[in-house]
Amino acid sequence: MNKGNKELNSYAENTWCPGCGNFAILNASKKVFADKDQKNLVMVAGIGCHAKLVDYIDLNHFYSIHGRVPATATGIKLGNPELTVIGFAGDGDAYGEGLAHLMFAAKRNINITMVIHNNGVYGLTTGQFTPTSPEGFKGKSTPWGSVERPFNPLTLMLGAGATFISRSYSNRMENLEMVIDEAMKHKGFSFVEVLQPCYTFYNTYKIYNEKVYDLEGEPPKEHVIEKMTEWNYGSKGNIPIGIFYRETRPTYDESMLREMVPARRKEEIDIEDLLKENT
Amino acid sequence: MEDISILVGGKAGDGIRIAAIIVARLFSRYGYRVFVYDDYPSLIRGGHNFSLIRVSRQKVQANNVGVDLIVALDKQTIEKHASELNDGGVILFDSSKGEIETEGVGVPFKEIVKEMEGMSIMRNSAALGAIAKVAEIDWKIVEEVFYKFLPKKTDLNLKIARKAYDMASAGNLKVENLNQEMMPIISGNEAIGLGAVKAGMAVYYAYPMTPSTGILHFLAANRDRFNILVVHPENEIAVILMALGSAYSGAKTMVGTAGGGFALMVEGLSLSAQSEIPITIVVGQRAAPSTGVPTYSLQSDLHFVLNAGHGEFPRFLVAPGDAEEAYYYTGVAMNVAWRCQVPSIVLSDKNLSEGNYSFDSSMYTVEEAQPILWDGKGDYLRYKDSENGVSPLAFPGNESATVKVTSYEHDQYGITSEESEKVAFMQQKRLQKTEAVKKEIENIEAVKAYGKDSDTVIFTWGSTKGACVEAADALGLKVLQSVIMEPFPDLSSYIKDAGRIVTVETNATGQLARLLENNGIRVDHKVLKYNARPFFTDELIERLRKEVL
Repeated sequence: MNKGNKELNSYAENTWCPGCGNFAILNASKKVFADKDQKNLVMVAGIGCHAKLVDYIDLNHFYSIHGRVPATATGIKLGNPELTVIGFAGDGDAYGEGLAHLMFAAKRNINITMVIHNNGVYGLTTGQFTPTSPEGFKGKSTPWGSVERPFNPLTLMLGAGATFISRSYSNRMENLEMVIDEAMKHKGFSFVEVLQPCYTFYNTYKIYNEKVYDLEGEPPKEHVIEKMTEWNYGSKGNIPIGIFYRETRPTYDESMLREMVPARRKEEIDIEDLLKENT
Repeated sequence: MEDISILVGGKAGDGIRIAAIIVARLFSRYGYRVFVYDDYPSLIRGGHNFSLIRVSRQKVQANNVGVDLIVALDKQTIEKHASELNDGGVILFDSSKGEIETEGVGVPFKEIVKEMEGMSIMRNSAALGAIAKVAEIDWKIVEEVFYKFLPKKTDLNLKIARKAYDMASAGNLKVENLNQEMMPIISGNEAIGLGAVKAGMAVYYAYPMTPSTGILHFLAANRDRFNILVVHPENEIAVILMALGSAYSGAKTMVGTAGGGFALMVEGLSLSAQSEIPITIVVGQRAAPSTGVPTYSLQSDLHFVLNAGHGEFPRFLVAPGDAEEAYYYTGVAMNVAWRCQVPSIVLSDKNLSEGNYSFDSSMYTVEEAQPILWDGKGDYLRYKDSENGVSPLAFPGNESATVKVTSYEHDQYGITSEESEKVAFMQQKRLQKTEAVKKEIENIEAVKAYGKDSDTVIFTWGSTKGACVEAADALGLKVLQSVIMEPFPDLSSYIKDAGRIVTVETNATGQLARLLENNGIRVDHKVLKYNARPFFTDELIERLRKEVL
């Protein structure tokens, strides 16, 4: 265990189902992390199958609670801005339980990366619909077929103010690595959605393999929304992957901290002056 | 007079609260100790607001129902409070045309403001000038206080005040020079903020909620002076999760809220316990359930904060009763959280949080305690077994430590484990920290005693101690105040001679009484008040006489 482990594997036993899309995200992440300053890297996870990833990689982690990954990651970054913080969350986690935190992280442009493992189903709780499951999805909580329309996380993130918006697919390893690496390099809030089949509860390999295609470069501004909405998480349209949007904006951590590092704050505060002012 | 009670009343937007604190500052300059309680409904304009100002030679931390001076900026003040005037008291009122008609000292505040071309809120300056005259306060003192505490349009405000000062007549409430040192006046919220800063708080996270909003405002206004980060996130869930994130990175953090916000933080509280990340939570109680009576006081969340959180884990809970205690025990709470890696809670109430007090900074010293840090030897284990359950801390960014923290049950390294032995071991490790907390606070006063030894002992907590101490003094009774509520202190030496134990608290079921009974202490009588107003000294004396003596 500990530093100097090039493979970055911990001793934790991997318990994902064979064929799970999470393996690809794990492997892509490890590859990208290999070149990073690992002592300053912190992984944050929510609760769900995705989250086991942080147990499997032998680096700093905060295994947080369901829905709260962006808030936890924001706190870590604000505590010590020298840390590189990458959050992993499921679709139920980030889009359901904790959507407000995701929107606000984007709004603030906090310099963190969020990777959303979107398999369109709650795996760990054995198969219910999520905010991005298609209309008519027959899960264990909606055996009659979900009557809700999925929302489109990409346009949602655009509206919230994310400065880096991307989507990838677990079965396109090269694209996945590229997207995670670019997201981590981006200064500001980076959103990476990874489409990922759930082999046990929602196997979408066939559909995704057919419909997923690589964007040709990054779309010009006027075509961003068109590309983002080409597929609205339903049955219609092909599915572009890659980087949809990028812009530069001051980050929340820089604007709020102004060179301060709270984790290293050592200060003797004299309150006598303040008390005099109130006398 | 050495002990004066004043009521200033008007509509929201009349500047009643500012006027009240200025009145306190005027008397403070003569060496008086002050306590100000603001009674205001949850609205911004209209309604009826009043503030009670108590000034005295002795330290006072409660008000009386009966007042010596009523200052009325609206008719409702007379309608609601004229009956509370003590014999020989004075009513000072706005006698402008169409305003108030009553007996007493009439000064046309509104007309003065109009004549001087001031804004309508400046009626409070006219009232202040008139109050100064009624109490025969030296005009120079008025000028001094206005220049120091009313930095905006000071000259115009002073002109208005002077006119009212000249038009009013002296009452029989003459201020005296008490030849005591002047003390700063701060609120309970400010005292909490100062205690945290002294104990090394680097980041404060909060979502606005009465009565704790004042901490957020105070720390935000002083961000640069204290070199801290102050963040107002999207909700209380984010507040506590961000705080835990920052603490994981090594920054000492505090969060502040009221009962409703704390309800949202409870999953984070439990996470703090499982991940062993220190956190200090200020919970300002207000009248509940639910939205309740948002700007009024009640002590009804004791058992909520004592028991909140799924699972079993140690916590540290203090309930300060005045500004000095708020300052000191907030520091203690921060230190215990970091020394023992447990959540600590500072339980305040609206009466304390928003009350303004003469603050004696010489009573306590707050010093930052250093957490137990990893010595850098061998492999780092975040949850390493140790004698008292406290594992040395390392923070991410350390070349030789991988720092894994988690909400799951885990092994010593921090990787998820559901194995039966490991689960039992970790439960035990965390619970062991109760002893670590007890050790940490062994030299800290957990219970405070006041008054003379008596057969009947008053037992109280939080800001209610203010009225209890005074009432007991008048009746020759002993008062015990529990400040540290968890781990529950050993009270045997305090109560061994007590014939009868009478609890006094502002809630409907007797929460302190229940806590005492849970710890094997018999409670003979409960004096309760639950109309969302604090106990007043004269009222409490009356109740004790009737119910207890």
